[in-house]
Amino acid sequence: MSKSASKSHEPLFHVVKRASIPLWQSLLIRAGAILAALIVAGLLTFFLTGLNPIDVYATMIDGAIGTEKRIWNLFQGIALLLCVSLAVTPAFKMKFWNIGAEGQALMGGLAAALCMILYSDKLSPAVLMLVMVVTSVVSGAVWALIPAIFKAKWNTNETLFTLMMNYIATQLVSYFSYKYSVPKGSGSIGIINSSTKIGWFPSILDQKYLLNIIIVVILTFILYVYLKHSKHGYEISVVGESENTAKYIGINVKKVIIRTMILSGAICGIAGLIMVAGTDHTIATDTVGGRGFTAIMVSWLAKFNPIMMFLTSFLIVFLEKGAIAISSEFDLNSSFSDIITGIIIFFIIGSEFFINYSIKFRESKKEAKSK
Amino acid sequence: MKKTTKILALVLALVLAIGCVFCLAGCNKENPENKDPNTNEDTLKVGFIFLHDENSTYDKNFIVAAEAACKELGVEYIMKKNIPENAKCQEAADDLVDEGCDIIFADSFGHESYMIEAAKEYPEVQFCHATGTRAHTEGLANYSNAFASIYEGRYLAGIAAGMKLNEMIAAGKFTAEEAKMGYVGAFTYAEVISGYTSFFLGAKSVCPTVTMEVQFTGSWYDEAAEKEAATALINNGCKLISQHADSMGAPTACETAGVPNVSYNGSTQTACPNTFIVSSRIDWTPYFKHMITCVKEGKDIEDDWTGTLETGSVVLTEINESVAAEGTAEAIADAKAKLIAGELHVFDAATFTKDGAPLTSYIADVDTDNDYTPDTEVIKDGYFHESEFRSAPYFDIQIDNIKLLNTAFG
Repeated sequence: MSKSASKSHEPLFHVVKRASIPLWQSLLIRAGAILAALIVAGLLTFFLTGLNPIDVYATMIDGAIGTEKRIWNLFQGIALLLCVSLAVTPAFKMKFWNIGAEGQALMGGLAAALCMILYSDKLSPAVLMLVMVVTSVVSGAVWALIPAIFKAKWNTNETLFTLMMNYIATQLVSYFSYKYSVPKGSGSIGIINSSTKIGWFPSILDQKYLLNIIIVVILTFILYVYLKHSKHGYEISVVGESENTAKYIGINVKKVIIRTMILSGAICGIAGLIMVAGTDHTIATDTVGGRGFTAIMVSWLAKFNPIMMFLTSFLIVFLEKGAIAISSEFDLNSSFSDIITGIIIFFIIGSEFFINYSIKFRESKKEAKSK
Repeated sequence: MKKTTKILALVLALVLAIGCVFCLAGCNKENPENKDPNTNEDTLKVGFIFLHDENSTYDKNFIVAAEAACKELGVEYIMKKNIPENAKCQEAADDLVDEGCDIIFADSFGHESYMIEAAKEYPEVQFCHATGTRAHTEGLANYSNAFASIYEGRYLAGIAAGMKLNEMIAAGKFTAEEAKMGYVGAFTYAEVISGYTSFFLGAKSVCPTVTMEVQFTGSWYDEAAEKEAATALINNGCKLISQHADSMGAPTACETAGVPNVSYNGSTQTACPNTFIVSSRIDWTPYFKHMITCVKEGKDIEDDWTGTLETGSVVLTEINESVAAEGTAEAIADAKAKLIAGELHVFDAATFTKDGAPLTSYIADVDTDNDYTPDTEVIKDGYFHESEFRSAPYFDIQIDNIKLLNTAFG
């Protein structure tokens, strides 16, 4: 290469993949990212609203963990998000892009709600609860199974397929919430069995959300063991890394895809059940509330580790609750708190880049000459 | 993998630590604020739950009234805006209880079942809900509904409309038989039916030949659809337009076409100076004051509270003299006095017919149930008793001379 060419083509900096990174360094990068996020969001707050950023952050924390009830609500929020995140994880680990968790959870919830509406006076509460669990799990699983079969048999694009299944689920819920609306024609079902509480999860120790939290904690550990220490989990990893390797060592890839998606959908079904029987006691098109998509971020940020997903969902729900507090306390439009949440999450995701890659600046001319 | 777990844990711990420092700083600052010299220990605290924020005329009407009432009575208040009609409403109510609110109010129809749940959970807190229908059947001491006899306001606005039609007929713009009004409604619910019928009867009281066409948009706020509906009605030969939906769609369509408009939820005169006649709206300040005073004095709030012309809950805006017919203000004042005195009834059975015959009996669906079963006789002493058996409207009769071009249910 001629001297002049190398001079004009060498960029100011270039990006190099890191082999590994010492703990302290990655820690520093992450801490720096959060600090930078807080500073940027703080500056933005100050210049846009004239508020003291420290006050805003204090309100945020108070809004998330300020009272005992808020702490319960925080953990309830984490449980719901974590449950959906657990559901998408096996599929993602297999590199099956299931972005249909929203619809799968909605179908699970719809099944539970319909059971509550139709069978409350026909079945005993215990049997009804059992029927609700089974139908929710099956509905969620079926909603995931359909795209899985198409993927396994005809190699259709699972991203588009699962996404479109979401819209069908939303429309189905919309149909049923019109059909069973109270009062008729209002288009919303309202609280189901408000006086009898049939089909509602019971309160434990006087805490209405405790059962939800317990279910999700148990699920988290089961999924952790399943993914890390079971043969199925290993097969999922191999299929995810390379389908050809999986075929070569005798793994039935189609079977793994279908089995894993059934699992993914079934857990979504449980999430839907928890949302309907344990939380809302009704079904509406916004019952899942975008968690099916947020879950993707939770799962990725935690690198598909169920235990770490607790921390990432904690972070996201914490920010969300705090953001709501900001908008009501300072009378700001709710979009503003979304901006702050967005900035913080952007920096956290951005820091992953600097952990995986390093930036090499152009060497100075002197050094180049001496070479 | 283990390494990254540790890292994330540490980062979160760091965030929490930083957070706690901020929190402490914040708490220290907050305390003196709470001990404002104007507020005593026993000051009431009111929590408000709104479906949207000030950008919606519907919610703005509540927000302005809430601020006015709380300031006047010197009580603290917290407002939660943009609370959807789902479990978030119950969560918001939960949180307001946590903040020490003694009264919690919600402004949207769909909030009702969540408010009832919250009322069951916190019997020591008063829950008030506007536009709801279930307080009188739930039997909860701490849950109540409120509405206003806005049909009286619409009747008065209808008089202004009828007089404008008369003026245009007298000026030879069209014949008395061609006097047709258009109405843009949101949904085919009792609330809207009661509204357009009272408006029509108001107009009919001064212009006997009037007829009306109603077009529904299927949304409480859809500027494009409302504009389109109003334009369609105008093209259909409607000489005057009124609406029951929350956007500027219908008023602007009228201004563009030069067709007079009777508005709702507040004056649209600034935007539509050449067509705006008058507007009726509910002023919620009297209710908020009533609700706060009751709790302050330890009195029960009625299951159903209906604001009227007399309580100052139903109000008309200033009349736009340059558009309104001469003598409109006097005619309205006269009718208003008669309504208050009970000499005049909006839904007087002698003034309208259904299928060609006057109504002598009507069983309305006052107690909400899944199947809309009619349950209460509401025509007595020769008139339909609207908003008496519960505050929310239940007049849902489709009377003669009003033609529905379509229907829209949620």
